[in-house]
Amino acid sequence: MSATIALQLAFWTPLTGALLIAFNGRHPAVREALTIITAILLFASLAVLAPAVFDGARPGLMMAEPLPGLSLQLTVEPLGLLFALLASLLWIVTSVYSVGYMRARQETNLTRFYTCFALSLWTAMGMALAGNLLTLFVFYELLTLSTYPLVTHSGSEQARRSGRLYLGLLLAPSLGFLLFALIWTWQLAGTLDFVEGGSLRGTASPALLGILFALYAFGISKAALMPLHRWLPAAMVAPTPVSALLHAVAVVKGGVFFLLKVTLYVFGIDLVAELQATQWLLYVAAATILLASLVALSKDNLKARLAYSTISQLGYIVLGTFLATSSGIIGSTLHMVMHAFGKITLFFCAGAILLATQKTAVSQMHGVGRNMPFTMSAFLIGSLCIIGLPPAGGVWSKWFLMLATLEAGHQALLVVLMASSLLSALYLLTVPLRGFFYPSPADMAGKGIREAPLACLLAIGLTASGCVGLFFYADSLYAIARLLTPGDGHG
Amino acid sequence: MITQHLPILQVIVPLLTAPLCLLVQDRRFAWGVSLAASWTAFLIAALLLDQTLEQGVISYELGGWPTPWGIEYRVDTVNAFVLLIVAAISSVVLLFAQRSVAKEILFTRIPLFYTAYMLCLAGLLGITVTGDVFNLFVFMEISALSSYTLIALSEQRRALTAAYQYLFMGTIGATFILIGIGLLYMMTGTLNMQDLSQRLPAVTGTRTVETAFAFLTVGISIKIALVPLHLWLPNAYAYAPSVVSAFIAATATKVAFYVLLRFMFTIFGVSFAFKTMPLNFIFMVLALAAMFAGSTAAIFQDNIKRLLAYSSIAQIGYMILGISFASVTGLTAAILHLFNHALMKGALFLSLGCIVYRLGMANMEQMRGLGRLMPWTMAAFVIGGLSLIGVPLTVGFISKWYLVVGALERGWWPLAVAVLVASLLALVYVWRVVEVAYFQAPSPAHAGEIREAPRSMLLPTWALIIANLYFGIDTSLTVGVASQAARQLLGVSE
Amino acid sequence: MNVLIGHYNYWIVIFLMMAGLYVVIAQGNLVKKIVGLNIFQASVFILFISMGKVEGGTAPIVTQGVSLYSNPLPHVLILTAIVVGVATTALALALVVRINEAYRSVEEDEIHEQDQSF
Repeated sequence: MSATIALQLAFWTPLTGALLIAFNGRHPAVREALTIITAILLFASLAVLAPAVFDGARPGLMMAEPLPGLSLQLTVEPLGLLFALLASLLWIVTSVYSVGYMRARQETNLTRFYTCFALSLWTAMGMALAGNLLTLFVFYELLTLSTYPLVTHSGSEQARRSGRLYLGLLLAPSLGFLLFALIWTWQLAGTLDFVEGGSLRGTASPALLGILFALYAFGISKAALMPLHRWLPAAMVAPTPVSALLHAVAVVKGGVFFLLKVTLYVFGIDLVAELQATQWLLYVAAATILLASLVALSKDNLKARLAYSTISQLGYIVLGTFLATSSGIIGSTLHMVMHAFGKITLFFCAGAILLATQKTAVSQMHGVGRNMPFTMSAFLIGSLCIIGLPPAGGVWSKWFLMLATLEAGHQALLVVLMASSLLSALYLLTVPLRGFFYPSPADMAGKGIREAPLACLLAIGLTASGCVGLFFYADSLYAIARLLTPGDGHG
Repeated sequence: MITQHLPILQVIVPLLTAPLCLLVQDRRFAWGVSLAASWTAFLIAALLLDQTLEQGVISYELGGWPTPWGIEYRVDTVNAFVLLIVAAISSVVLLFAQRSVAKEILFTRIPLFYTAYMLCLAGLLGITVTGDVFNLFVFMEISALSSYTLIALSEQRRALTAAYQYLFMGTIGATFILIGIGLLYMMTGTLNMQDLSQRLPAVTGTRTVETAFAFLTVGISIKIALVPLHLWLPNAYAYAPSVVSAFIAATATKVAFYVLLRFMFTIFGVSFAFKTMPLNFIFMVLALAAMFAGSTAAIFQDNIKRLLAYSSIAQIGYMILGISFASVTGLTAAILHLFNHALMKGALFLSLGCIVYRLGMANMEQMRGLGRLMPWTMAAFVIGGLSLIGVPLTVGFISKWYLVVGALERGWWPLAVAVLVASLLALVYVWRVVEVAYFQAPSPAHAGEIREAPRSMLLPTWALIIANLYFGIDTSLTVGVASQAARQLLGVSE
Repeated sequence: MNVLIGHYNYWIVIFLMMAGLYVVIAQGNLVKKIVGLNIFQASVFILFISMGKVEGGTAPIVTQGVSLYSNPLPHVLILTAIVVGVATTALALALVVRINEAYRSVEEDEIHEQDQSF
């Protein structure tokens, strides 16, 4: 199969899937089957693309030219493909999980749910495969819009209020700052294409470019840099599969992916490293990491705690990007993957616990591990991955990120990263600790609480083993990440 | 050859249809013949645009009288484009009209409605096609008088006071324009636009020409509803029959905007309008005021038609802002937005027309639960709203893009920021409606009986929505024509 | 002084225009507003007509021994404008009749009151 056809297939599959689900979604089995088939087909076509792209091929697809000299086009490159593979692989797993979860929760409006889910994945693919900034921006906005119905899925007053916050905090910065930055870039560089090594060098004074870079950093509020992070906790009113795949993987990783792309191919890491503004932004990222960890510690609601943990971990990725050294880029890229596997496992577990026990607070987790040993063990593995302890993949990404802080001469940041890792150990490990070692409260005994439905357990098992697998097989991932930082000695 | 006479046919066809509707006094006949006339006008406009793009300016001498004395019809890219927009919107709205009009207008007055509609269309096309300033005034009054009538045809009694108010503002505006034209004639002895543009430079230093300029600017600004002269607009749009709101919102202010372009750029010339007179500064301030005041007022409206009316005031601000840049990009943005805004407002008002058809009115209260009861109508409304906000892949995005590029080209980045911030206000007022429609349960009185609007109304609505998306993705026609028109107006060669 | 007397036609125009506008703005009675609008329009008609007068010229009818004529074109234009003005007045009056039927009043503030009370 030629690369272009595979690309066409990868791009159009989720959209076709969404339409099919929208029009044939009356029967639960049909829409679930359609979702899973679409996800598998998508992953397969991306997998077909992979070898050639990692060998240096750059298949592309031209779709339209809405503005003279500015087109909507797709180009596959290693970073984007990695993101696409990650999202589509985890989509398969999430689809399996949703089957168990949504049925057990007796949720309604499932046709809309699955349709919007597939649409969100389509827009995520659009972002991953985007061939220039305009395309990336267009799909970034569409991702916000297509996830909005998922966030407000329950339709309750609280969901609506959260939805307003979600939409406001994602659309407003992107239309206010990001679009402005985009047009400014177009004005300065005369192109929105991704250029190896950046296209902005020397087009304006460093101070102006610094402002431009800050506009990107805050405009891409999906990366959840404080103080524009509030949409993420708000999004937790959504059903668990949405929180797991979209708000731990596709949406937030889409944000940091955008930032990585801008750093690598619009500014170029050398320019970013030189900018004065970057130093300030590094501290914003560091503050985000620490503060979010502290807030996470104070949250008793499990999903809220996980959400703040995500904000903190996104801060790691953003920090690695802003450090603009090859270790930093490699660390960020690795952490994008590692955190995805870790966090999706944690969310799956939180959902499974909710299903089985109706419990949502960390303080209520006493003894849950005895009734649900499998889920709690998976939670432990996921936690290790996030904290960065063996035998989970998170070790490697944190290793590179810490290395990068030293390379760039920011010892203070190293302290921040380590402190935050300690904090994350504190706020995550409490859960399995209480689950396994505290006695069950009286009201739980004899209720016959058992593990969540099989489909959920299957999904949890898959992602948890992914976390462990990434510890042992991180080298191929490292090889891909190396492709992004062309020829230099360190890292 | 009939193609030689296209410029006059553009006006004559709807103009002659009007008395026909009145004489035959049959509703179906009136609708059919109006529809045919409108589509013919659309065809003619398309042919004219094609001709101007191929051969350049078309000059047509009315009755064969040579130009400075006789009336000249003159078509270049700018007005060919506006003709196309007006005729296209009118044709789509008429497709929609049959059932909507039958519901909202008294049975016996329906032939009258089509008469007035055709007169209005003829007037708007006439304003656009003519190359003679006095002729322009006459056509302006034809379209204005017929639009007062159209608004007053609504069964709501507040429409009467709205029409009365509009009549006063409109007449004062038109009289100001007439004064301006008179003073220009006094100085140059000609009414022909081309002739005027050649003779004016010799006398621009005089007080009389400056006074003429001031009267014309104020008069046209009333017609455009530029803040602070916009007070007639919200009530007129809100209480008119839905079809009329859609038609007038999408065309009347656009044509007035075209008149402004014509006077500022062709007749007075850029250097006079923007260097001798401080128009760009005044326009910039007023445009910003319009963008923010209009959008903010829209946020607090309960009647959705009024909400859209205030949004129109804000959108007019964008167009005026484009002019105030006095650059090719700025003017391109203004002309593009003229087209794009006609598409969005047409689509939005038509989808409201569907809602009014089923529910009788369109307040926030009626919107409850409509996302479920009328899914196609509401989907159209949402897409139209996204276009208003300026989300990518819609026409609104393209206009905003050019406006911001225009501002940055001049180095006026605070204006670029203002454009983007104002579009966030649009997000607020559009989303208020969306939330009510999708997240509130329908009021029990409606739940059982409200169905989706009939196909004959949905299809035209969706035709405009698809145009919103299509021209947001493939802009070769709109941007190409708009930038060529901008260059012609500024007198810049390719 | 010369400016005042020499341009007396303009002073008349300005006076009428302002008087008309004042009536339009200050009057609460819808019919009287229309009268004001008519005065306002009439001022512009006079502006045009007086503009066509050429000092020492006669009526523009070709006659032996006369070479200086007043300009007839403004008069012709104003004929059209008068027609437009009549149409506007007629329409405005028709609206007032309808308003009177609907509100039982032609006073602006009373109508406003009725709209608010809804």
